Amino acid sequence: MNYLDFERPIAELEEKIREMRLLAESTGSDLTAEIDRLERRVQELRERTYRNLTRWQRVQLARHPDRPYTLDYIHLMTTGFVELHGDRCFADDPAIVGGLAKFNGRTVLVVGHQKGRDVKSRQYRRFGMPNPEGYRKALRLMKLAAKFNKPIISFLDTPGAYPGLEAEERGQAEAIARNLLEMSRLPVPIVVCVIGEGGSGGALGIGVGDRILMQENAWYSVISPESCSAILWRSWDYKEQAAEALKLTAQDLFELGIVDRIVAEPLGGAHRNPQEAARLLAEAIEEALTELLPKDPETLIRERREKYSRMGAWIETYL
Amino acid sequence: MTWYKRTESGIQTSIRRDVPAGLWIKCEGCAEIFHRTQWRERAYTCPHCGYHQQIGSEEYFELLFDEDSGEEFNGHLRPVDRLGFVDRKPYTQRLLEAQRETGLMEAVRTAVGLIHGRAAIVACMDFAFIGGSMGSVVGEKIARAIDRARQEGLPLIIISQSGGARMMESALSLMQMAKTSAKLAELAEARVPYFSVLTHPTTGGVTASYAMLGDVNIAEPGALIGFAGPRVIKQTIGSELPKGFQRAEFLLEHGFVDMVVHRTQLKATLAHLIDLFLG
Ligand SMILES: [Zn+2]
Repeated sequence: MNYLDFERPIAELEEKIREMRLLAESTGSDLTAEIDRLERRVQELRERTYRNLTRWQRVQLARHPDRPYTLDYIHLMTTGFVELHGDRCFADDPAIVGGLAKFNGRTVLVVGHQKGRDVKSRQYRRFGMPNPEGYRKALRLMKLAAKFNKPIISFLDTPGAYPGLEAEERGQAEAIARNLLEMSRLPVPIVVCVIGEGGSGGALGIGVGDRILMQENAWYSVISPESCSAILWRSWDYKEQAAEALKLTAQDLFELGIVDRIVAEPLGGAHRNPQEAARLLAEAIEEALTELLPKDPETLIRERREKYSRMGAWIETYL
Repeated sequence: MTWYKRTESGIQTSIRRDVPAGLWIKCEGCAEIFHRTQWRERAYTCPHCGYHQQIGSEEYFELLFDEDSGEEFNGHLRPVDRLGFVDRKPYTQRLLEAQRETGLMEAVRTAVGLIHGRAAIVACMDFAFIGGSMGSVVGEKIARAIDRARQEGLPLIIISQSGGARMMESALSLMQMAKTSAKLAELAEARVPYFSVLTHPTTGGVTASYAMLGDVNIAEPGALIGFAGPRVIKQTIGSELPKGFQRAEFLLEHGFVDMVVHRTQLKATLAHLIDLFLG
């Protein structure tokens, strides 16, 4: 288990409990009372820590190296997943995965950003930062879903679209823009789940939908706290302040009318219990699909358009 | 000589110019010196090297609209600090400063008018206003301009110049990308043509939404157009960028704009396109 800086006191107590258990085992002495006491203490500490996270701490949890990724959720909540590859134009982008699967008995199209778990796979997945062909593959698959009338579940987890030379040559901006336009009029339900990092246009590029769900420790913003710090504070040192200013948590986005539902995570984050995290998320997806599936395509599209029409904050003054 | 007629109350025409003051102008491209009149006649481009000086909505409206034919709308939409955003200074202060310095209320203005006698809706961004960044008001004014073009069956022209989505409105800015793109899908279904004009610079969330979605994408010569900024890309690849990278001509070569048009030809080109699409 990897621990974050603010989790150190919890990690130390957990370590102490482990040691006492080993000691009790090896010496045969009864340390039950002492272990119970420590267990209560660590649980109190967890509650206190995780119920009062700062925005920056949530960003850290969203990036936790053990956090479940798209393929983990696909395997935990669907059966019979068949991955489909390639944009039929240029290449297959490993930073976005997608395919057909069974979710609670019905066929769905799943798509999402994919990060790697070790050094090699992180590079292979480009840290979950897609190239244009990733967005184009996603669109191809979503149109396939529309053709065969299958609902779409999209998982967002990216630091952003890949800022590379070739990505620009192949039209990163056009690929994202096209997806935004086309997703707004797909005639099937789209449930979007922000499961980790919602890094700007790179996340939104597969994130237009009828219901936007967001896990409680995910972040979603126009820019990462680090880049925001670099631009507005002209220094990399203000990421905590930038995270606060950007109002990038699930609670913030719910209040801003961008996210429809905050999905709870196991105490300490989704990585503490991926099965439970997947169960909670699947429950929220199922509820969303139950609401959306009876709607005819016209209603679905009209309501989706109205949803995005309303977004934003402005005043109207006639002076 | 003006492009506008004043009818709607609450609309104030901007008094500011981004273009340099004075009678004699020094070209930022080749340092040649020439007279203001000559420069204005050439649509603020250099008669020697062709350098396109960045200009704002006031100049573009004047350039495109027939005399007395233009009318601004939705000028009453004003930005608001929904997040209480503070970096080194509060967003509210940045807005006030930008409004005072530019005489503008936001980074886009929308108007209806005649282009060589053909009616069109024109939305024009202003880079001078917080880097032409797209917040809620920009998104909403673009969305309403698209709605009006669709309802009245008038061709839509959006002139973009922007650093991208506005950080100080965070996710609200980001969602304007989805809002404007969704509106363009409706416009497309109504078969109303949309001409996107990309000027220097157009990057980030504006490129990755409406600026790239024209039925015809037109770029001004030498304009920087891209998703990621050149500095970020340089950091990623760890070496110098090739000459002309992300410039208008580069995008033409790679198939992302239909044409690169000299600003002196912009009005004639748009009028011709309107004829071809609607004729
Ligand atoms: Zn010159």
